[in-house]
Amino acid sequence: MTPKTIFEKIWDAHVVHSIKDGPDIIYIDRHYIHEVTSPQAFRGLEERGIPVFRPSLTLATADHNTPTKDQHLPIREELSGIQVEKLKENCSRHGIELFGLNHKYNGIVHVIGPELGYTRPGMTVVCGDSHTSTHGAFGTVAFGIGTSEVEMVLATQCILQSRPKTMSITVDGALGKAVTSKDIIMHIISLLTTGGATGYFVEYRGSAIRALSMESRMTICNMSIEMGARGGLIAPDETTFSYLRNTKYYLENNSFYNDLKAWKDLITDPGASFDKEITISAESIRPMISYGTNPGMALAVDKSLPETEGMNRQDADNYIKALSYMGFSPGMKLDGHPIDFIFLGSCTNGRIEDFRAFASLVKGRKKAENVTALLVPGSKLVEEQVKKEGLLAILHDAGFELRQPGCSSCLAMNEDKIPAGKYAVSTSNRNFEGRQGPGARTLLASPLTAAASAITGRITDPRIFL
Amino acid sequence: MAKEKLNILESTCVPLPLENIDTDQIIPARFLSSTSREGFGKNLFRDWRYDHDGRPLEDFILNNRKYNGKILVAGKNFGCGSSREHAVWAVYDYGFRVVISSFFADIFRNNALNNGLLPLIIPEDEVKSLIALVTGDPGTIVKINVQERRMEVPASGKSFTFEINPYKQECLIHGLDDIDYLINMRGKIIEYEKSRGGLG
Repeated sequence: MTPKTIFEKIWDAHVVHSIKDGPDIIYIDRHYIHEVTSPQAFRGLEERGIPVFRPSLTLATADHNTPTKDQHLPIREELSGIQVEKLKENCSRHGIELFGLNHKYNGIVHVIGPELGYTRPGMTVVCGDSHTSTHGAFGTVAFGIGTSEVEMVLATQCILQSRPKTMSITVDGALGKAVTSKDIIMHIISLLTTGGATGYFVEYRGSAIRALSMESRMTICNMSIEMGARGGLIAPDETTFSYLRNTKYYLENNSFYNDLKAWKDLITDPGASFDKEITISAESIRPMISYGTNPGMALAVDKSLPETEGMNRQDADNYIKALSYMGFSPGMKLDGHPIDFIFLGSCTNGRIEDFRAFASLVKGRKKAENVTALLVPGSKLVEEQVKKEGLLAILHDAGFELRQPGCSSCLAMNEDKIPAGKYAVSTSNRNFEGRQGPGARTLLASPLTAAASAITGRITDPRIFL
Repeated sequence: MAKEKLNILESTCVPLPLENIDTDQIIPARFLSSTSREGFGKNLFRDWRYDHDGRPLEDFILNNRKYNGKILVAGKNFGCGSSREHAVWAVYDYGFRVVISSFFADIFRNNALNNGLLPLIIPEDEVKSLIALVTGDPGTIVKINVQERRMEVPASGKSFTFEINPYKQECLIHGLDDIDYLINMRGKIIEYEKSRGGLG
């Protein structure tokens, strides 16, 4: 048999039909929906007068526009309230399981799916959200789709997709002090640029990736889309299996060992080839921070911003435009620059491990007075765990409060907006203009860098504290 | 359901010489709280087009009356970022039927084709010269023929053949929809489910 990559194995097993000279019809094992990108899809079904084809394969949550305070009260923003209500209505009408606001399993779609065991190795996973690539950490083919495609999945459990090219990114070696998986992926994106993996599906490999926890792997796969990749995955292994064994899905069903047998084949065969291969040494990665207005514009936090000499005119124009939005200038050092906000949370870094890392650094220290901190757990289960492990007390002692779960300030659809001109060190995934609120200036970084910066009130290399 | 058909189009263009235009610029997240597909055009490029008080920003191209038409010409990696189809709805609702760039983000490209908006790819240098030409002469006409996969710029005498998947080409020309196609394939889908011994 021809050696295959994991991506090819999963893709091939899900092709229902290949249209001649056209896309493949791909069967979807797991479909996640949320309040913002699903209402028009349900309306489409109603206009066609058709039901949801396989309601048991779709799971819903409310996360994008929900408030992170006083969730027991009615939602204050009228249109957000309507979307959340509409989701409830649509799910109940079509028999779709919903972990809505105030449900004990509510949270960000890419946090709850994995933590409950709804995402499992070998699956195809889609959601009307570009960070669906997160689920690739479990050895799945997972990618974001638009609302028309959400409607296709609801109507037929399939979508039409052209087969992407494949890329392997190998990270070998040991990570340095205070270097996290967020720094690995930000380093990779800074090398490839924001469009550098467009058209590719990535497999992350190598000893540095193998050594990561599931939470850290999710952070890496999550940001695959930030270099344009269709998705990114990691081969499942013992780390994956032991994580899954303790999820709600397997605690309630006894099929773990049956499933396990099938998962063992989910490896890239020796001799299988990728369209593009990249190798990076883990030792070369340092704590990262973004300085511009796309996630490719990032550098090690101890470095100075590049000068424009040597750049072509277009690159220099893009660079200067981004720096002028950010209020920076070429050659300056970011380390030590005053900040106004920090945001810990999102589908990138809103998991228990991220709260542990943040708490470990702020423990016994005090938040700087000039910093407003938004600490938003990725789910109710994460929130509960933060309390159970005693992290909440550590955070309180250091001057931080914990909010309720949701996407929050990552895209600022709810009230958690960063004011115009203010600087926010954010553990989220995008530093686009206005992403965290009109005029907001986002500095993407790891939970450790966010914690160090929260303590000093300035952009800070976390290594000074560790 | 049927979409508006797109085969032959002759139009002036709006040049937007920026790279990596992300979907948060095309339609900021705070305007996504609608449950319908209509009406997003008025907030297209909202924060580049208007100031904080909602006054038009004069130097933004959409506020310059000299430039209009059904074709938007933009720098590489157009539509990167979020998967929000609202970005395509906004571009379409504003009145564009074609976006020309040297490459598009994958999800945006799919979303565009699912809504009858043609993402047309020509080489980066050609995008730049087209932008320069149109900026200098806003009356420059571009002719597009989807059936022949051809784009012409009579003023410069240039002509390009562009790539489009033949299936998607048919869909655009006839205003067809993937969903109808998939619904007709349900028999095959059920067969597939049986072949793997059930759901999921």
